[in-house]
Amino acid sequence: MMHTFVAYVEDLPGVLTRVASLFRRLNINIHSVTVGRSERPGLSRLTLVCEASAEAGHRIRASLYKLENVVEVDDIAQSPSVTRELALIKVGATKETRSAIFELVEVFRARIVDLTADSLMVEMTGVESKIEGLIEVLKQSDSPILEICRSGKMTMRRGRHTSGVLRAMGAGEDDKLDSEEEIAQGPHTDAAVETE
Amino acid sequence: MTKIGNFELDAHLTTPTPLTGAEIVWATLVCEGVTDVFGYPGGAILPVYDALRKFPIHHTLVRHEQGAAHMADGYARASGKVGVAIATSGPGATNLVTGIATAMLDSIPVVCITGNVSSKVLGTDAFQEVDITGITLPVTKHNVLVTRAEDIAPAIRHAFQIAQSGRPGPVLVDITKDAQQATAIFDFAAAKPKPYRPHPMLRVEDAALEEAAELIRHAKRPVIFAGHGVSESGAMEQVRTLAERTQTPVALTLLGLGALPGSHPLNLGMMGMHGESWVNDAIQEADLLIACGMRFDDRVTGKLTDYAQKAKKIHIEIDPSEINKNVKADVALVGDLRAVLEELLPRVSGRDGTAWLKTIDASKGESAVRDIKNLPDSGHLYAAHVVHDLWRLTGGEAVVVTDVGQHQMWEAQYFHHEKPRTLITSGGLGTMGFALPAAIGAKFACPEKEVWVVAGDGGFQMTAAELSTIVQEGIKINIAIINNGYLGMVRQWQEFFYDRNYESTPLVSPDFVKLADAHGIAGRAVRTRAEVESAVEEARAAKGAFLLNFMVEKEDSVYPMIPAGSALHEMIRRPGKNPLVERPDDV
Repeated sequence: MMHTFVAYVEDLPGVLTRVASLFRRLNINIHSVTVGRSERPGLSRLTLVCEASAEAGHRIRASLYKLENVVEVDDIAQSPSVTRELALIKVGATKETRSAIFELVEVFRARIVDLTADSLMVEMTGVESKIEGLIEVLKQSDSPILEICRSGKMTMRRGRHTSGVLRAMGAGEDDKLDSEEEIAQGPHTDAAVETE
Repeated sequence: MTKIGNFELDAHLTTPTPLTGAEIVWATLVCEGVTDVFGYPGGAILPVYDALRKFPIHHTLVRHEQGAAHMADGYARASGKVGVAIATSGPGATNLVTGIATAMLDSIPVVCITGNVSSKVLGTDAFQEVDITGITLPVTKHNVLVTRAEDIAPAIRHAFQIAQSGRPGPVLVDITKDAQQATAIFDFAAAKPKPYRPHPMLRVEDAALEEAAELIRHAKRPVIFAGHGVSESGAMEQVRTLAERTQTPVALTLLGLGALPGSHPLNLGMMGMHGESWVNDAIQEADLLIACGMRFDDRVTGKLTDYAQKAKKIHIEIDPSEINKNVKADVALVGDLRAVLEELLPRVSGRDGTAWLKTIDASKGESAVRDIKNLPDSGHLYAAHVVHDLWRLTGGEAVVVTDVGQHQMWEAQYFHHEKPRTLITSGGLGTMGFALPAAIGAKFACPEKEVWVVAGDGGFQMTAAELSTIVQEGIKINIAIINNGYLGMVRQWQEFFYDRNYESTPLVSPDFVKLADAHGIAGRAVRTRAEVESAVEEARAAKGAFLLNFMVEKEDSVYPMIPAGSALHEMIRRPGKNPLVERPDDV
């Protein structure tokens, strides 16, 4: 199954290597990883997506916590969450072929962020399937795709009830909360995100 | 802290003082309570060596940095304190790697300090530069590169905290030469690391304790497992109480040996690949396993799908990533073993275990009779004789440091350890060449104890250069080489699984007695069982180090044996009537 881990890690040299090295050791391919600053000073937030067995989630999370620079780990799994990806797609398009791309961009609620005589750049934010969809129709158009740059997934739990917030409020420990939340809010699918 | 050598360090504990980075290294170690370090100098660590004379720390010069890491490891295993190894950059640092990995696999608290090239040339392939934090990343619990003098004390203090806390392990601190040369204010108190944060997934719930107690109450055929965590956690008394109160037999892992006295009536001995048949059979028949501080290593479980199928499993373990890794736990108590057992014991009452103990006892009969140590002296010298006699003559009190291979398993089978920290052996990584340097470290940790190296002729030659270290340090260690002219365990696998194709296992060795003599160490060769006792006594009585070269039966094998990948009950028994040989399906 696909696992999504959200981790707060210290913003220091080599920390990403340590995280990546753990997955390398387990022979798990990282599908995507995004890292950036978080709301907490000195801590980066990392969203990491990988394919591993259902049982592996616990061990990966436990192993991540064993890394000295990892402060918090959340296994999003099937919990209600919002997932987004950013894509920049450069398309070869001239005056004649441009309008067809404009139409597609409109339908997908993407944006044109760069335009030259023979190319344009599309910026698109959304769930993975939406981005895949845009890429697919662009491939079928007359305009060649020149470059694709995708950010990888970024994920955040829905509602105030993130594990981190609850723990900060002294509500208890996160493993237990994960399951309680799931019971309270039911399973989540990407389609649910799509509708909002 | 009191007056420290000719360096007025006690003042510096309360008064922050400017020191060079190199001095800070030693000052921090002294304040951490370090008295002995093991190392090898070189260009990038020279400022640190230059400052050593000012500090009350004994430095043992090794002959190869791998030896330094093993000595620090042996020191830590024997004492329970942190062992410290020091090396220079580049090859000095890479030579540590095998020793660091050994400590990692066996969860040993070791701090390695390496010098590195100046921070200005880091990453330029400068002379003797190597990315040692990168190289050791997967084999350390943590490592850190320090480029400023003011960061040295906090880094070393943090390293000590990490090495000893939770599940222990090695930490490497890599310090650039310019950081050693620069000056900073040394303030030990201010360099204190943040409070230790236990692993957030530790969990010992009341319901789980209750469930465990319930399982113990209703078990008919329970077995307690004692692993390395018992001594690491200091839970010997608690494990013993649990065993005695519930009349439950205890099986031990290799690193668990000594956790319960070998003479204790409930002690079954070592389990797993070379465990006795009654131990492994008991596990296969058990209806409850109470695993205390162990990780269900493949050498312990054999084929997982056939492992202890009838048993519920209670897993008490401090590392959450070990839960359900190999064997699914019915009840997981994730925390410090001693603390967990202290919570569990009040919920457990006495039970009658007679029937189950009798069943196990009855299954011992035949295997014990065929045991080599019970056979009459045929004139041949067997390794089992040597180890058995060594155990008898030392009253089981000696600290035995083994290498890896057949002799290691014979030691585990025939030397019955009464106390924790008296068997020092590389279990997880299985590092040949471990014994001699680790024994030197152990001797520094317990100078008052009798220390024996038990090594094969193969492994001994991997680190034999450390004989000079013994002489230079003037320490008393007894060395027993179990010499069969082969890389014995590999030969045994070739015999069982590769049609006796003894490829690259016959081994030519120097005359070890002459080799010892060349180093100024006395020695003696032993060829018959009759000579064993007098030889061991001669070694013990000798003032200095002594080497015994036991010329044992060349093609003897360790029995019983579970072929890798086979189930616990599919063991190759001792030869005799109807030896049972299962087909192996693993390498």
